[in-house]
Amino acid sequence: MELMDRYLALVGFGETGWGALLLTAAAMTLGVSVCGFLTGMVLGSVITFMQLSRYMVLRWLADGYTTVLRGVPDLLVVYLFYFGGTAFLGYLGGFFGYQGFIGMPAFLTGTLALGVVSAAYQSEVFRGAFNSVARGELEAASAVGMRPWPKFRRIIAPLVLRYAIPGLGNTWQLVLKESALISVTGLVELLRQSQIAAGSTRRPFEFYLTAVVLYLVITWVSSIVFRRLETRTLRGTRRAL
Amino acid sequence: MDFAFMWETFLTLLPGLPLTLELAATSILAGGILAAIISLVAVIGGPIGRGFTQGYVFVFRGSPLLVQMFLIYYGLGQFRPFLQEIGVWGIFREPYWCAVIALTLNTAAYSSEIFRGGLQAVSIQQVEAARACGMSGVLLFRRIILPIAIRQALPAYGNEIILMLKATALASVITIMEVTGLAGKLIADSFRAFEVFIVAGAIYLAITFLVTRLLRIIEFWLSPHLRLRPPSLT
Repeated sequence: MELMDRYLALVGFGETGWGALLLTAAAMTLGVSVCGFLTGMVLGSVITFMQLSRYMVLRWLADGYTTVLRGVPDLLVVYLFYFGGTAFLGYLGGFFGYQGFIGMPAFLTGTLALGVVSAAYQSEVFRGAFNSVARGELEAASAVGMRPWPKFRRIIAPLVLRYAIPGLGNTWQLVLKESALISVTGLVELLRQSQIAAGSTRRPFEFYLTAVVLYLVITWVSSIVFRRLETRTLRGTRRAL
Repeated sequence: MDFAFMWETFLTLLPGLPLTLELAATSILAGGILAAIISLVAVIGGPIGRGFTQGYVFVFRGSPLLVQMFLIYYGLGQFRPFLQEIGVWGIFREPYWCAVIALTLNTAAYSSEIFRGGLQAVSIQQVEAARACGMSGVLLFRRIILPIAIRQALPAYGNEIILMLKATALASVITIMEVTGLAGKLIADSFRAFEVFIVAGAIYLAITFLVTRLLRIIEFWLSPHLRLRPPSLT
């Protein structure tokens, strides 16, 4: 009981508690994950377009992108954007006559790194979803005289999104867990905040355990949300299984 | 692009490669054994076994590997007197073993689900046929269920092996100087992120390429029934 009280004093919302800070940090984790995921969605659909293109060069480029980004540790990508971004900004600054040091904003680094990595996974999800769209529906759209853009907006996009939701759910969980890597850039998200708290109170076990629990809550809730989304988008469809 | 610098980078990163491979091999092997036990408990352990394994999988798949690693390396350090008393402090003091433990527990959660899927995908007809031939118990498991389950789980397990190879990079955050650790240090020293990224990335891609080739060979070797039969003479 005494153990529990001590733990609650540490992570609670009292005067000595880190509760508010941890929750803010969890919100930051969610924020950077959402931004990264959306960036990945945009970039991923561009890559899907390239994969499905009739030009061989574009297909090669897209294949190369997904192979490299899925084969390289994500931590390296984070380093690339963190240090590379700073070097690039310094170069740009020098171009405009500014000689000082320009640091890459950590949130932007996180968003870009998560976006670029998840784009590789999301493009595969979108490609798979596009392939499961029945050919007849596309032919029907052309047959009623739809031009490419209306056909994409009214027929392809809704169908692809419907088939992609389970895969997107998996990618989202991946992004969420990868966001912990952004802590190496100093962005105060959940893991970084736990590190700070653990360092200043010398109670690492309690804080990392709390971080694990908070991550579990986030992944658990998001799995429920995605399941709901899936059943909602499947209204009015028949399935064999 | 500065090729002299890239060659130098390659020579700097190469000493980290054995450590990366060692981390991956140890944790994949230990994690595979643990996963086999967990998946068996899930399949034949009844509701209690099922619940326990579901909890394990939920915890280790639902939280980031990096946090698990920190919890084991920094978190357990807090219980040093107790760990010293039971004589395991020597393990938890070493970042290497903490990384191996975290990677093992993590991959065991993912792999156990893959193995369970493989076991449960064995069709009842095949088991019935084996029983009709008089097999049961361990013999049935060894001769019929296990080979079919392995064949079905291999493609997904191959993906997990690749993911583990990449996951060893996280060990660099708890001070282990494998390929990514050396790369990170080099980037921080030289500030030439792009070149170092290309070289380090190429090393990882080369390993994953070799592993995928190897897995494809094993897959080919395990599925003779899917190959085209040579035309028969009769």
